[in-house]
Amino acid sequence: MTADVTGEPGDFAVATEGLTKRFHQQVAVNAVDLLVPRGAVYGFLGPNGSGKTTTIRMLLGLIRPTAGRHRLLGMTMPERAGDVLPLVGSLVEGPAFHPYLSARANLVRLDCVDRHADPRTTRVRIDGALDRVGLLAAADKKYRAYSLGMRQRLAIAGALLAPRELLVLDEPTNGLDPQGTREVRHLIGSLAEDGATVLVSSHLLSEVEQVCTHIGVMHVGRLLTQGPIEQVRAVGEARARVVTDRPQEAARVLRRLGLTEVALETGLATGTLGTLAPEKVVVALVQDGVPVSGFSVERPSLEDLFVSLTGEGFNVSG
Amino acid sequence: MSAADLTPGLRTGLSTGVPTSPVARPLRHISTRFLRSELALIFGRRRNQAGLGILALVPIMIAVTVKVSTPRAGRGPDFFTSITSNGLFVALAALSIELTLFLPLAVAVIAGDSVAGEANIGTLRYLLTVPVHRSRLLGVKFAAITIFSLVVTVWVSLVGAVAGLALFGGGQMTTLSGTEIGMGSAVLRVLMATIYLGLCFASLGAIGLFISTMTEQPIGATIAVVVINVMSFILDSIPQLSWMHEWLPTHWWMSFGDFLRSPVAWSDVTRGLLTSAGYMLVFWLAAWARFSDKDVSG
Repeated sequence: MTADVTGEPGDFAVATEGLTKRFHQQVAVNAVDLLVPRGAVYGFLGPNGSGKTTTIRMLLGLIRPTAGRHRLLGMTMPERAGDVLPLVGSLVEGPAFHPYLSARANLVRLDCVDRHADPRTTRVRIDGALDRVGLLAAADKKYRAYSLGMRQRLAIAGALLAPRELLVLDEPTNGLDPQGTREVRHLIGSLAEDGATVLVSSHLLSEVEQVCTHIGVMHVGRLLTQGPIEQVRAVGEARARVVTDRPQEAARVLRRLGLTEVALETGLATGTLGTLAPEKVVVALVQDGVPVSGFSVERPSLEDLFVSLTGEGFNVSG
Repeated sequence: MSAADLTPGLRTGLSTGVPTSPVARPLRHISTRFLRSELALIFGRRRNQAGLGILALVPIMIAVTVKVSTPRAGRGPDFFTSITSNGLFVALAALSIELTLFLPLAVAVIAGDSVAGEANIGTLRYLLTVPVHRSRLLGVKFAAITIFSLVVTVWVSLVGAVAGLALFGGGQMTTLSGTEIGMGSAVLRVLMATIYLGLCFASLGAIGLFISTMTEQPIGATIAVVVINVMSFILDSIPQLSWMHEWLPTHWWMSFGDFLRSPVAWSDVTRGLLTSAGYMLVFWLAAWARFSDKDVSG
């Protein structure tokens, strides 16, 4: 039920075909066709252990796929890793730095190994990146003394040392407090405004929902669905909800209009809208003299959607 | 953000919808930044600085002990008895004592740490996604190991020379062959012997680099290298195994004394250099074969 996506390979920041990774007997990632359009903020969702990080590791060339192939920014990986990875900023499976070096020294280290980096601008770029994640004041503290949230921010700063076309952020809000989570969401938004494509993975649906233009849902190594967020969400059908003291009459109107699965509760009538425009329901109710004290259209949350896709909750699958 | 990023119309390849080279970040072909960063990590680390301090204690102890007592003849090239005649022999005596364990251990720590240490704390994945090509990573790591081997050996030698010259003075040196050479020539001979040993230790470092690509536990890699070093010395001391002696990684190390003969006895040290070069080549390639398509998931 992958949403229809068409286009040239170059239109996608990330395009995979049948990407598969098998560890011994276990299939961690199973024939995933990930398509991230350029300019999208793509929420890569799934519970812990669903294969998100393994997929991201394959995207970046850290591990070799058992089968399948992929392109980043239109370039074949891993052959063109040297050309494309300088344009990709990444945060993979949590922050990792030298504990006895300061935050700044750790970023200098990353800059030193980058053959594309200009040593004359190192200082400016590092300060800029640290400032963007709110760590400038703590730049000279040893990494060892950093809290988990600060470490996470530093890893994001590392991804921002150079202008990027694509950012791959694996669980960027791990260990952050609600304020930090909001800041990272805001940062993702501003990166997208700058024209970057962002692939952000998360096991927390609600965290990502607000900032994404596209989503893909992983479950036990498979990509269950992907596409523009409205399109994916539209898969779960919208229901009209009428609050009234005469629910029987309201239900009769809903049935007449062609709504299905009409249900009655105390002071409430609901029904699945189908293709019907919600405003027509309101007009019909009013014309029939049904006293409407509340009317709403409810779409399923991503969590409801996930449950309907997998038949289970958003929990770890063995 | 560069100007090119702010004005998309100026981007190359826009007409095709596929920006082919979107960043104004030219490749810097020749740069020693990675190597310098590597050396800064090695020599900036407290643990390693402490190690250098401990290694320097040996020549100082030798110089002081010999000064306050009369030495008897020991094993190996007999530098101890010559110390009172020329302080430079302290450097050689210190090297002969440290070459069995202390100096190989120091190299084993650095080599064992080289890849496994980065894998252990996770920085390896961030180096590879910068990106650093895996061959380049192994090349720079091995260059750093070799430089460390040379520096640490020169360090022990230098401390020995300074301590020896301070306590016993310099001047004419009596070579192991019994002839006299001038002070300048003596310094040069000691320097050559030191560099020879440094290169020998670097070959052990190549074995360490290889082992370091196989594990995420730097301590484990270090221990493995030390075990190989000790095993090599043990095998070298078993006469029944004489057929394999010349192939052992440590076999030619003691030959560093040949630089102190007159004239320099080149045959064994040449074999030693060739053996070291062989070990470096074989184990660097083994590391490359192992690491070039290894899954990095730490």
